[in-house]
Amino acid sequence: MSTQRELTYLEAVRECMSQEMRVNEDVFIMGEDIGLYGGAFGVTRGMIEEFGNERVRNTPISEAAIAGAAVGAAMTGMRPIVELQFSDFITIATDQIVNQAAKNRYMFGGKGKVPLVLRTPSGSGTGAAAQHSQSLEAWMAHIPGLKVIQPSTGYDAKGLLKAAIDDDNPVIFYEHKLLYRTKGYVPEEPYSLPIGKADIKRQGTDVTIVATAIMVHKALQAAVELEKEGISVEIIDPRTLVPLDIETIIESVKKTGRVVVVHEAVKRGGFGGEIASLIAESEAFDYLDAPIKRLGGKSVPIPYNPVLEKAAIPQERDIIQAVKETVFRR
Amino acid sequence: MITNVNVPPMITEKKLVELFHQMWLIRFFDEKVDEFFAKGLIHGTTHLCVGQEASASGAIAVLEERDKITSTHRGHGHCIAKGAETNRMMAELFGRVTGYCRGKGGSMHIADVEKGNLGANGIVGGGIPIAVGSALTSQMKKLGYVTLCFFGDGASNEGSFHEAINMAAIWNLPVVFICENNQYGMSGPVKEMVKVANIADRAAAYGIPGQVVDGNDIFAMMNVTHEAVERARRGEGPTLVEAKTYRWKGHSKSDAKKYRTREEEMDWRSNRDPIERMKRVLISEGMLSEQEAERLEAEAKKEIEDAVKFAEESPMPPIEILEEDVYA
Repeated sequence: MSTQRELTYLEAVRECMSQEMRVNEDVFIMGEDIGLYGGAFGVTRGMIEEFGNERVRNTPISEAAIAGAAVGAAMTGMRPIVELQFSDFITIATDQIVNQAAKNRYMFGGKGKVPLVLRTPSGSGTGAAAQHSQSLEAWMAHIPGLKVIQPSTGYDAKGLLKAAIDDDNPVIFYEHKLLYRTKGYVPEEPYSLPIGKADIKRQGTDVTIVATAIMVHKALQAAVELEKEGISVEIIDPRTLVPLDIETIIESVKKTGRVVVVHEAVKRGGFGGEIASLIAESEAFDYLDAPIKRLGGKSVPIPYNPVLEKAAIPQERDIIQAVKETVFRR
Repeated sequence: MITNVNVPPMITEKKLVELFHQMWLIRFFDEKVDEFFAKGLIHGTTHLCVGQEASASGAIAVLEERDKITSTHRGHGHCIAKGAETNRMMAELFGRVTGYCRGKGGSMHIADVEKGNLGANGIVGGGIPIAVGSALTSQMKKLGYVTLCFFGDGASNEGSFHEAINMAAIWNLPVVFICENNQYGMSGPVKEMVKVANIADRAAAYGIPGQVVDGNDIFAMMNVTHEAVERARRGEGPTLVEAKTYRWKGHSKSDAKKYRTREEEMDWRSNRDPIERMKRVLISEGMLSEQEAERLEAEAKKEIEDAVKFAEESPMPPIEILEEDVYA
């Protein structure tokens, strides 16, 4: 057992990349300002000193070319990790991700593979407003051929990033920008967490909260408050949206009989709808004592003003209220 | 020994004769596709490269086996020139399980990764950054191969073109961009869609050489591409080659060709046919007789007829493969 060493989420991501680059010459990173600047959020700080500018490759501001070059490099034997400066910019790289990376193995009849990881900071909370604050994971989760990961802790991020780098498929790896500075236990040695395995972040008996990314932390805080009122909350973090570990969610719902699904992304068309439907289609439906409740962002672009910005996405008090509505129904 | 014809050093007389045969294969392949498409036996859509045989055959002729290409939605010629089997290509267009993509890709998605063909592309300009990534692998792993990136005049107005060429230029990547300017991006005449006289002129904006070449002259294609490939192999970075050519057929099946005249079409067909032009040179240089030329043409025709037979006799894909190969 390692000592209880603490790292920030950001350091955990960096450590994983560095460790993988040390052992595998095929792994390299590229993106905007990831060299001396260290990336928009400082994730790659110091890496160019160790690995040089060939393997920590500063690119022009050209998202389509970055993503496309990663596809070409991956098809020909490299294992590129792309840092896309803000997940909003996935819109500019979408052809290469959606039409090329995700499709080419299938449409070429099973020939070749595209082992690339696209890491990107998502989510609101920094006052960066509408074009730098979105949560677009449901877009990517909709596309066959992609895998989509959304880790909520540094521990999960390090283990899942290693799994993503080792995976022979294109993986979109969403890092919530407000989680970068959060600290937690992260083992020093390399380790891999399975892609497609949910994590039970808290055990409980009265209600299941399925939460992703930063909402895991808000749900954990809400659970502490709810416990004071005698409500026992179980929190499931899917961690990976594609593939999704629906079994763990179903088992939990069968145990608690009540479920609240919460994510930061806009509720309409959001991934919460998928989770709710899968629960409703499963045997857990017969165990439900209340309708499935969904919480998500309002259907507005993320506003600049901090009060409005907070109001656009679910907060701890919204989760508490939703749980109470669910638990005290009838 | 080749004396009077200016060709790159690796091009032997035997190779020239093979290329002549290959151009016929490309022509007959696409004419056959046209015919079966009209009969409803090939579904979806197709983009034929009849008339553009010299740019595919000439450019790819100077490559080594290890070199790679990316192709376009008008890519049957590139595939054949990079060594694809016409049987498996035709089977793919017929949607059969024996096709290159087991019937899942069709005309626009033929890839032959083992032979260095990284795939055709249904997205205009979609393959350009991919070619840059392939060149990046070659540079990083010191593999020494060059990637030829084909695209059309229409793609030169896509953002991916500008982003990818700039990236390849700043990193000195071993890639050669070959714009097959066939005069029309679907129905859009290049003269209305591009302000510069030549698409190759845009190379100056990226600090790389730009070369205009007669895309219907296979010898010129070979020489210009050879020079660009050698440059890339020496680590001097990319070149933008613009091959001026013409597609004899419409953009795809739905094209009534209202945007161009019959006279224009006939001019290219009668006076600038790349196969006829090559034949005249080979005969005048004594590398080929009229009879041999006819025999090679007939052989190519037979090969394509056999490919159709192979395709027709091949089984449809079993429904079980529907969900295979989404993930590696």
